[in-house]
Amino acid sequence: MNQVIALVDGNNFYVSCERVFNPALENRPVVVLSNNDGCVVSRSDEAKALGIRMGVPFFEIRRLVKSHGLVWLSSNYALYGDMSARMMRLLGEFAPRQEIYSIDECFLDFSGMPGDAAARGRDIRRRIRRYLGITTCTGIGGSKTLAKLANHVAKTRRECGGVFDWAQLSAAAQAALMAGLDAGEVWGVGRKLALQLQGMGIRSVLDLQRANAALIRRRFSVVMERTVAELNGESCLELEDVMSPKARIQATRSFGRPVTAIGELREAVMSYVIRAAERLREQHSACTQVAVSIHTGKYRAGASRYSPAILIPLHTPSNDTRLLAAAALHGLERIYRPGHRYKKAGVMLTGLQPAASAQADLFSGHERPHATRLMAAMDAINRTYGINTATFAGAGIEQPWRMQSMRRSPHYTTSWHDLAKAG
Amino acid sequence: MPLAVAANTALRLLPLCAGRAAAGFPSPAADHIDQRLDLTEYLVLHPEATFFLRVKGDSMTGAGIHHGDLLIVDRSLEAASGRVVVAALNGELTVKRLQRSRGRITLRAENPAYPDIAVNDGHDLQIWGVVAHVVHTP
Repeated sequence: MNQVIALVDGNNFYVSCERVFNPALENRPVVVLSNNDGCVVSRSDEAKALGIRMGVPFFEIRRLVKSHGLVWLSSNYALYGDMSARMMRLLGEFAPRQEIYSIDECFLDFSGMPGDAAARGRDIRRRIRRYLGITTCTGIGGSKTLAKLANHVAKTRRECGGVFDWAQLSAAAQAALMAGLDAGEVWGVGRKLALQLQGMGIRSVLDLQRANAALIRRRFSVVMERTVAELNGESCLELEDVMSPKARIQATRSFGRPVTAIGELREAVMSYVIRAAERLREQHSACTQVAVSIHTGKYRAGASRYSPAILIPLHTPSNDTRLLAAAALHGLERIYRPGHRYKKAGVMLTGLQPAASAQADLFSGHERPHATRLMAAMDAINRTYGINTATFAGAGIEQPWRMQSMRRSPHYTTSWHDLAKAG
Repeated sequence: MPLAVAANTALRLLPLCAGRAAAGFPSPAADHIDQRLDLTEYLVLHPEATFFLRVKGDSMTGAGIHHGDLLIVDRSLEAASGRVVVAALNGELTVKRLQRSRGRITLRAENPAYPDIAVNDGHDLQIWGVVAHVVHTP
């Protein structure tokens, strides 16, 4: 059976979420910045028109605030996460199978569904626009790779109206379109591989589609060979119904100001462990190793550089915040040296395995069922009443080291105190 | 002691009652327990499309909408003429009664102290959602 795969995503997702609750941001250049207000992670069309690139450090474009009325916002992940969950549930109603690929995009399997796939893409656009105020683009093709590419076409060609299906074109027209697209636009190719492909004379998507599969495998990998097959409408990549659990969980943050005291580092590490452990339990995993790192900044005159890291193995797999925190804090004591100005700390949980298969721990002295119930209760409280309602005092209360999100919008959809106002 | 063994046996033979009524008479309502009423189920028909907003000001007191009330706004509903809506007007969210007649849109306040807003080309208007319910604390 021929596969019909759609890739749906929300345009300029973070900026679009902000605009829903703050319509004054419409028609203005707006950017959302990453966690530490460092880099641009989402841009409005007006901001793109000013030549602002994705990922650019904010200080490089700061002058546009005065000269062009650029509005910048700190990221508001509580808002984006809620809007994403709403969007994904609504999109899930349009197909029997859905793979949520990232916070703002998902694959839908239209295979064997009656009716016109492009029309369904337009229905999606109308529905999400009306229900959530977010504009979507849909790309449709015979494989995930073709769907991704079609989405790019839908986004860049105004005449598409946000929906593009390869099946709308004749074979000749498809080839003409692919000839005009850079091979680097193909899912999984990227800039570095695109350069290598150029060395072989493969510049356009059409070149790549018609490339010799055996040669591609020899020069690159089976992954690239699969990409070529997918470009030819041969579906090799399955839809993954469930987000595959991550192999490691990381929480690394820069501080709002340099930190020297171990007390504050302890608070920071503790609070990162709390978040990481929550995510660990969310995906029903346990970890066997906890890594801790602290960093002074890059070299500056007069400041010493020190960026140690340590890996602490656990006796048995665990997802108990208390155990993981004890390991992490023990690691911190080992690597901490006074006299440095630390800019950043990180916690990483590795050696993940399913929590269900974790063996009973005869030696740790922890009563496992009790720990599981305690953690489940804390997670439930925090899900219902908001992050950090139930937490550990070790993470500190004031948290003066915490990064400043100078211009985060209110948690419009997840906090009673933050609701938008209608006059 | 034989007596102790007998008592023990008798205890073991006590019928096990499911639920918490083991120590008393079973509740005559046990077979009739239904789901308790859930207000959210009543107020929020389309959870994905429903947002809560807070009322600011008193332009809609005539419609029973007061400062500080909670608006339950359902964006999936048809913004028919006569319905109370939230609109994005010139960059701000406002709650008013929508009136469409002969292609003209008016946002009507329900308080004589506030003028109606006849929407013209100079306005930047978008109907944001339909007010499905208002939660008011007297």
